[in-house]
Amino acid sequence: MDLTSLTIHGLSEKLKNRETTSVEATKAFLKRIEEVEPKVRAFITVTAGEALKSAGEADKRIAKGEGITPLTGVPIAVKDIFCTKDIRTTCASKILEGFIPPYDSTVVRKLKEAGAVILGKNNMDEFAMGSSTENSAFSPTYNPWALDRVPGGSSGGSAASVAASECVASIGTDTGGSIRQPASCCGVVGLKPTYGRVSRFGMIAFASSLDQAGPFTKDTTDAAIMLNAMAGHDPSDSTSIKAEVPDYRTFLTGEVKGLKVGIPKEYFIEGMDKEVEASVREALEVLKKAGAALVPVTLPHTEYAVGVYYLVATAEASSNLARYDGVKYGLRVDETGSLLDMYKKTRDEGFGGEVKRRIMLGTYSLSAGYYDAYYKKASEVRTLIKNDFDEAFKSCDIIATPTAPTAAFKLGERVEDPLTMYLSDIFTISCNLAGIPGISLPCGFTKEGLPVGLQLLGRTLDEGTVLKTAYAYESATEWHTRRPKI
Amino acid sequence: MKYEAVIGLEVHAQLLTDSKLFCGCSTRFGSEPNTQVCQICLGMPGVLPVLNKKAVEFAVKMSLAVNCRINPRSIFARKNYFYPDLPKGYQVSQYTEPLSEHGHLEIDIDGGRKRIGITRIHMEEDAGKLLHGEGIEDSNFSFVDLNRTGVPLIEIVSEPDMRTSDEAVAYLKALRDILVYLRICDGNMEEGSFRCDANVSVRLMGAEKLGTKAELKNMNSFKYVKEAIDYEIQRQIDLVENGEKVVQETRLFDASKGITASMRSKEEAHDYRYFPEPDLLPLNVGAKLVDQARETLPELPEAKRARFITDYAIPPYDAGVLTATRELADYYEEVVKATGEPKVSSNWVMGELLRLLKEDGKDVGDCALKPSAIADLIGMIKKGAISGKMAKEVFEEMYKTGKPPAGIVKARGITQISDESELAGVIDRVLEANPESVDRYRSGKVQLFGFFVGETMKATKGQANPQAVNKILKEKLAG
Ligand SMILES: [Zn+2]
Repeated sequence: MDLTSLTIHGLSEKLKNRETTSVEATKAFLKRIEEVEPKVRAFITVTAGEALKSAGEADKRIAKGEGITPLTGVPIAVKDIFCTKDIRTTCASKILEGFIPPYDSTVVRKLKEAGAVILGKNNMDEFAMGSSTENSAFSPTYNPWALDRVPGGSSGGSAASVAASECVASIGTDTGGSIRQPASCCGVVGLKPTYGRVSRFGMIAFASSLDQAGPFTKDTTDAAIMLNAMAGHDPSDSTSIKAEVPDYRTFLTGEVKGLKVGIPKEYFIEGMDKEVEASVREALEVLKKAGAALVPVTLPHTEYAVGVYYLVATAEASSNLARYDGVKYGLRVDETGSLLDMYKKTRDEGFGGEVKRRIMLGTYSLSAGYYDAYYKKASEVRTLIKNDFDEAFKSCDIIATPTAPTAAFKLGERVEDPLTMYLSDIFTISCNLAGIPGISLPCGFTKEGLPVGLQLLGRTLDEGTVLKTAYAYESATEWHTRRPKI
Repeated sequence: MKYEAVIGLEVHAQLLTDSKLFCGCSTRFGSEPNTQVCQICLGMPGVLPVLNKKAVEFAVKMSLAVNCRINPRSIFARKNYFYPDLPKGYQVSQYTEPLSEHGHLEIDIDGGRKRIGITRIHMEEDAGKLLHGEGIEDSNFSFVDLNRTGVPLIEIVSEPDMRTSDEAVAYLKALRDILVYLRICDGNMEEGSFRCDANVSVRLMGAEKLGTKAELKNMNSFKYVKEAIDYEIQRQIDLVENGEKVVQETRLFDASKGITASMRSKEEAHDYRYFPEPDLLPLNVGAKLVDQARETLPELPEAKRARFITDYAIPPYDAGVLTATRELADYYEEVVKATGEPKVSSNWVMGELLRLLKEDGKDVGDCALKPSAIADLIGMIKKGAISGKMAKEVFEEMYKTGKPPAGIVKARGITQISDESELAGVIDRVLEANPESVDRYRSGKVQLFGFFVGETMKATKGQANPQAVNKILKEKLAG
């Protein structure tokens, strides 16, 4: 039995039945990491020692039968944007060189408390800025399905590590599609919960009003298990929502009879990849066969989403990244010149090109004289985009779209063309602007063998319906069981 | 006067909450550098602010005390700039939608009253401090102390309603008295818990249009505020008179020279790029919070002063001194309650007690002497049990030891003999012992009266009540 091929619920079952131990599973994953990392590079830091130690503790708890959750003893990976106590956290940036947080992010703390074993920290685009994980200061991550392709981004390492069976599941963050788009590229399930459903405390901020943490898993059941552990109000995050957290597994009935699935015409556009479109349309038919009704809906302000996103997100980022100034922690370059020299050199050497580009964009859009035309206007249009969804959800329960306009593209293909790169997120961005939950799940493969993702978007706090629909689709198909050969 | 000055003030008041505005760190002043910090106020990656409810309550109280309208919804905003004492690279403040607006307070000036408008009150966090210790001026380093980072402040912005430095100081004092009365700020200007910037411009008398203003900073006493404003007004008048232009700029007051000087720094070019703080929800101040704050508002200095004048019939000067702090006013009222003698009580509290406290550099709160003891003393004087002169000495001992007067008087053996029959006996013996003098007095040598008084005092070891002695002697000598 290859332990690394298991899902959370699969491994959990085996642990409960004493067919294996967490230490054994952890060792299997560490070995797998050792084998495939040279090719995939999904990790920035592997914490083998700590992982084995917590696996040992999990085994003890399992032996005693005390405080066991479906995650007890399950090895997972964490995007390097989540602060982990005593373990270096880089955000894939040189500017955080040597930064070891003295605190855990709330999400990591909750997962640890649920008994999960943390194998290490996943690679990503620097400060989550990118759609290909090529903006990591350390190394790109390679798509396990085709090593010359990107895994998507920014949570590319988290998606690739699950696809390559280097961990059972992982967590990432999604600001404009950074969970769903890489999930689509890597053929795994990626869930972005409602803004505020999961605490942002200790998650390094890119764009505070958009960032949201979520899981990467091999199937929908695992996504529900992860969300159960991650979700809930956090007194340390004023923007986290005070609402009861249901047991998301109870939504996994396979039953979608009478469910109204909205199909927005704005998401099936001229110029999108034909194979992607075909796979998604086929997926809609599957849902229809299962008893769901397909209804056309319209999201008329979709065309402004990318523009709004790049104003709002960069504005917030320009402010969020001001703290990396060489004074308190991380990199400091040139202590001999003036304060201004130190700031300039530290930030020039510490930040990569894309991060600098976005800081400049954001600084510009917040500047006196431009604020009204850019940031303020963008905030207003954002409200219109949110209203679009409110309106659409009056006639449907869930919205189905492609996750990305194309399958995974080649490394280097879009690096020199930021605008094309930004369009990778064209179908995922609106969801963040509206704050609603969304999921991407495998719905087919291109002729070249690259995964295609189906995106399902739900009402605010209605992750239940999102998971229910995804599970029904998954139950009728087998795409999610495919694994890349590396 | 050809010109008039137009002055508006921006006051920053540190709120006396136990913890900081967005984290649980202590706000205590004067601790070792960087001992009152955590990941949140240090601006470490990924941390988030959580608003201190107490600070909101305090800010609401101040808003009500100066008649501001509380906005049911206000917005925190980020003010972005780089400086080492600002760990996040932005200060969380309020910008377009402040906590409260449209207030006013009244000041006493030149024997009259004047209303000063208050534009707005908003909440914000304080920055840290840069320390330039000994010997490091020559190096490229400064030290940063972040203990103060994140301490809650309210900024109180006035309308440009003041015309003289005296009005400005009167307004500042009134504002500070209210803050201290509310027990939400210690009002200490030297330690910087009450700070003031002044916007000053001049215009021709009668002109409507405002002149170009300069913003004055670095005035850490009322005296300096007055000096800085006076200097600046004259400087601007001189410029205008010479046909030169006033430049809009920030000027620092130099206390040693008594002048203001342009900062001439890049700070001037700041574009703070304000935008709504996405890590905090809009602040909704509900009617319940406002009502609660209103109910717990104490009687404010103005009202108390007026009440003292009417209820106790004491002079306005006394009322002003006695209401300088809530503690002193309460103390005085306790003395009055026990004695029923407002003016006499005022004399003791304002005269003797404040003199002694001032000598020791203490507040009424630090003093061991209880109001009831002062009341006892006043009662003893009234009964003639002690002379007014003795009472002052007794008072000093009461002040030093905190003991009630009766014990002190007894221990010192200075009880005054006012009992007339007792004194009559003593006087009879004095007269019997000096028959010649009695005869001489009665035959017209009235100057001898003093001699009899002296003998009587000698016989009573000075404890006889002089008024009573006079009265009885006169009767007895009259034969
Ligand atoms: Zn703190």
